[in-house]
Amino acid sequence: MRTFGFPDFLFILQAAQWTIALSLIAFVGGAIGGLLVALGRTSDNAFARRAATVFVQVFQGTPLLLQLFLIFFGFPVMGIDVNPWVAAGTALVLNTSAFLGEIWRGCIEAIPHGQREAADALGLHYVARMRDVILPQAFKIALAPTVGYMVQVIKGTSLAAIIGFTEVTRAGQIVNNATFQPLIVFSLVAGIYFALCWPLSLLAARMERRQAQALAR
Amino acid sequence: MHYQFQFQDVFAAWPLLLQGTWITIRLSLTATVLGLAVAIACAWGKTSGPKWLRFPINAYIELIRNTPFLVQLFFFFFALPALGLRWSAHAAALVAMVVNLGAYATEIIRAGIESIPRGQIEAGLALNLRRHQVFRHIILKPALKAIYPALTSQFILLMLSSAVVSAISADDLTSVAANLQSQTFRSFEIYIVVALIYLALALAFSGLFRLVYRLALNYPDRR
Repeated sequence: MRTFGFPDFLFILQAAQWTIALSLIAFVGGAIGGLLVALGRTSDNAFARRAATVFVQVFQGTPLLLQLFLIFFGFPVMGIDVNPWVAAGTALVLNTSAFLGEIWRGCIEAIPHGQREAADALGLHYVARMRDVILPQAFKIALAPTVGYMVQVIKGTSLAAIIGFTEVTRAGQIVNNATFQPLIVFSLVAGIYFALCWPLSLLAARMERRQAQALAR
Repeated sequence: MHYQFQFQDVFAAWPLLLQGTWITIRLSLTATVLGLAVAIACAWGKTSGPKWLRFPINAYIELIRNTPFLVQLFFFFFALPALGLRWSAHAAALVAMVVNLGAYATEIIRAGIESIPRGQIEAGLALNLRRHQVFRHIILKPALKAIYPALTSQFILLMLSSAVVSAISADDLTSVAANLQSQTFRSFEIYIVVALIYLALALAFSGLFRLVYRLALNYPDRR
């Protein structure tokens, strides 16, 4: 047993880079997947709507931890080699896709129907209608809740610790096992998450207020 | 793909899985009831309590909402005993869930209280309704209706995130799955079944909540 020292502090702090890296992977992948989900859910095609709905129900209706386990234990079954990076990245991307997709679906549906009719009347095809008419307007209202959801993504990466991915939480567990000073260790871990998440929360709240003001005018 | 799925070990353990499911439901319901009590107290403190109370309440909410549940769980299970508080994994899990839900539900309830315009209450009093009648018919019901969707989806989120308490081996459904896994080595099959149980729970509760809404809260809005 040793006492908590500066090297331990540094070890946990350095692990924050993996939390950030995993969050970015989850967010970028989840944004691409989320766009597909949102387009599927608002599609005219019944099959696309159905498929996107089932996807969302499955990923919003099961715990993220179980999704992580299923991928971690399921990929080897299908003959795919997994390390914690691949398993955690895949699970978080899929989960984020479902939640961002639902948020963005709401934003797309909030655009008045007349916009779509106008685009149709101008003879715009689906791609042009979405790209030039609907999505730019939806983007504006989607910004605040998306920033807010990034906080959930960062917090979600902590579950990767359970399958042995050494990010901040896992680093904390390792140091705690060696030093047995949980109060300092987990306060530090919580502090790092707070430092990452709080600015995003404040930004999201500010954007929301601004938007409410803009709409009230 | 030459994997032989073997579910018999999983299904043979159905009494354990059933018990784990029951513990997950009970844990979530208990945490919700206690968490709502915390949230109502905090919402009162934020909207009509003394000024000095606001800072600690806001600090609590921001701290909980901006750190992962898993870290909060580790804090309650590992750090508090280091300060001399000895408790079981189950108790630590329950307290962590109560504290977590309390923070999220405070904001929901506060929004509900603030959604009742002052004029409505005055109108009720002017119609000679008694205080408790005003509270019941003019404040409580519309406020409940306003926050019902957010509150019920928060319950489902809590139930799903309670899977995380298996990290400290509280005896919930996911803990049962982890134990079975180490005995039978049928990890994939076990987690498929357990994920389906969670999915069934989530769908059942959201169906139940929709039914309650239709039966008790479905009346025309003034807006």
